[in-house]
Amino acid sequence: MEKIFKRCQSLYDLPTHYCPGCGHGLAHRLVAEVVDELDIREKTIGIAPVGCAVVAYDYWNFDCSEAAHGRALAVATAIKRVHPQNVVFTYQGDGDLAAIGTNETIHAANRGENLSVVFINNAVYGMTGGQLAPTTLLGQKTSTSIEGREKKAHGYPLKISEMLALLPGVCYVERVSLESPAQVLKAKRAIKQAFENQINNLGFSLVEILSSCPTYWGLSAKESLDWIRDVMQKEFPLGRIK
Amino acid sequence: MKILISGNEAIAQGAIQAGCGFYAGYPITPQNELIAYMAKQMPRQGVFIQAESELAAINMVYGACAAGARAMTSSSSPGISLMQEGISYIAGAQLPAVIVNIMRGGPGLGNIAPAQSDYFQATRGGGHGDYHLIVLAPGSVQEAYDLTQVSFELADKYRIPVMILGDGILGQMMEPVQLSVKKIKANTFKKWALTGCQGRKPNIVKSFFLREGALEEANLKLQKNYEIIRKKEERFEGLFLSDAKVVLVAYGTMARIAKSVISRLRLAGQKVGLIRPISLWPFPQKPFNLKNKKVKYLVLEMSYGQMLEDVKLAVCGRQKVEFLGRSGGGVLSEEQIINKVKKIL
Repeated sequence: MEKIFKRCQSLYDLPTHYCPGCGHGLAHRLVAEVVDELDIREKTIGIAPVGCAVVAYDYWNFDCSEAAHGRALAVATAIKRVHPQNVVFTYQGDGDLAAIGTNETIHAANRGENLSVVFINNAVYGMTGGQLAPTTLLGQKTSTSIEGREKKAHGYPLKISEMLALLPGVCYVERVSLESPAQVLKAKRAIKQAFENQINNLGFSLVEILSSCPTYWGLSAKESLDWIRDVMQKEFPLGRIK
Repeated sequence: MKILISGNEAIAQGAIQAGCGFYAGYPITPQNELIAYMAKQMPRQGVFIQAESELAAINMVYGACAAGARAMTSSSSPGISLMQEGISYIAGAQLPAVIVNIMRGGPGLGNIAPAQSDYFQATRGGGHGDYHLIVLAPGSVQEAYDLTQVSFELADKYRIPVMILGDGILGQMMEPVQLSVKKIKANTFKKWALTGCQGRKPNIVKSFFLREGALEEANLKLQKNYEIIRKKEERFEGLFLSDAKVVLVAYGTMARIAKSVISRLRLAGQKVGLIRPISLWPFPQKPFNLKNKKVKYLVLEMSYGQMLEDVKLAVCGRQKVEFLGRSGGGVLSEEQIINKVKKIL
């Protein structure tokens, strides 16, 4: 019988450290499938974030660098400028990309750096124990917004993808979700588009992925996917932004 | 060929000569001639980026080093404070960066006058964790040019960040510089660098070691490297140490004033000598083992007793160590030093 589904070469055959129902494992896999399909494993350089995905390089089978919290796009900028022939991407969470690293994010985008960004938005800080993120929804309870996010105290969920889409250096921004198999396939297509844009020298591409965090949402894995579809996607609408 | 240039430009030209392939920086006085020089010269042989902050600049240098390029950034005191996070990561990931600090007055925004008050920050690590930089302190524009090239070689040899520590006077003053003929080859092959994993296993650049015992192992590796550097890379200049009764200890700009003082006092028959540490880390130990056991040391700084601690550690209680320093824009005059020496003699 012919095997039609197998492990990616770009992903090691290892159990991950992620919680049950977490979206990171799936997102790692989508990146690995794209790298395999584009046949670029031997020239890909990934930048892992600080956050739950800090050891993403333990799972990906290609060159990777760590970056300090928020600084992934500064690190990626330099690597891509030194090696323009390589394919360089960052994989960052909402705290990394849209709070501590906002400055690096905006300026790398504004310079139109020829990079691909995989932006995981799970509306919470995972690794540090479920604190308020820039993307936490109004009313969402976290360990540092105990009564729920309140606009006067905490401000509004930050739509950084829409902000970045305003910049002329940015060529592609799309928001996708991991809430159902159909959306997962769309997410993969978007990641592939972002990598192809880089290969075609089109500039800065970003894919925002709405991803689940059952542990700090206080929901089961299934309920988390429902919450993405019924609640999160209302605040963060899916589709191509630019 | 000799050319007349400022210390800041000499450092930039030294980097160009050393095959620097990447420079990122953010403007700050008094080192702006350096970034301007690099903006003009770097595109011929590599990448120049004016970063959005010192934080971004140092992390770009981290990335460029990880990619295998010879990379440099420059700043002045407040900017170097901002870079400390990145410097700690560079040290932890064993990357060979060159960082220039043309010091100005602090703390805080301080002022833009020359100072030496970042000595502790430079020689003790500066950021979090157990690490060191090699710190080199040029005393002339020529030496700034020469030591910049040495910095790149040391950084690559030991996979360690190297800091060139100057001050606003050294950065801004102009002196003739003999340019070297030897052009160092840029971006020599580094087997650990990120280039894409064609024909090899993936390379990972990181400073994160979560498994029990792994960080201690990595830190011991750093310490072993530091031990070798301590043994092999002490640099200093000694003057009149064989007969000196009082030895002045000063680095950088302060050592130039000390030399003028020594010329004047020697003409008057006073036996005064000089130890000028060139490597501030590792701090030179050898010159402090003088035959004259009754020698007295006078430490001179444009800060309030920072290098003094290293001199005391090197002297180890065998002799008396006196101190004279000014900071915050004040620079010791020859007369102030001569008066102090006369009191000690």
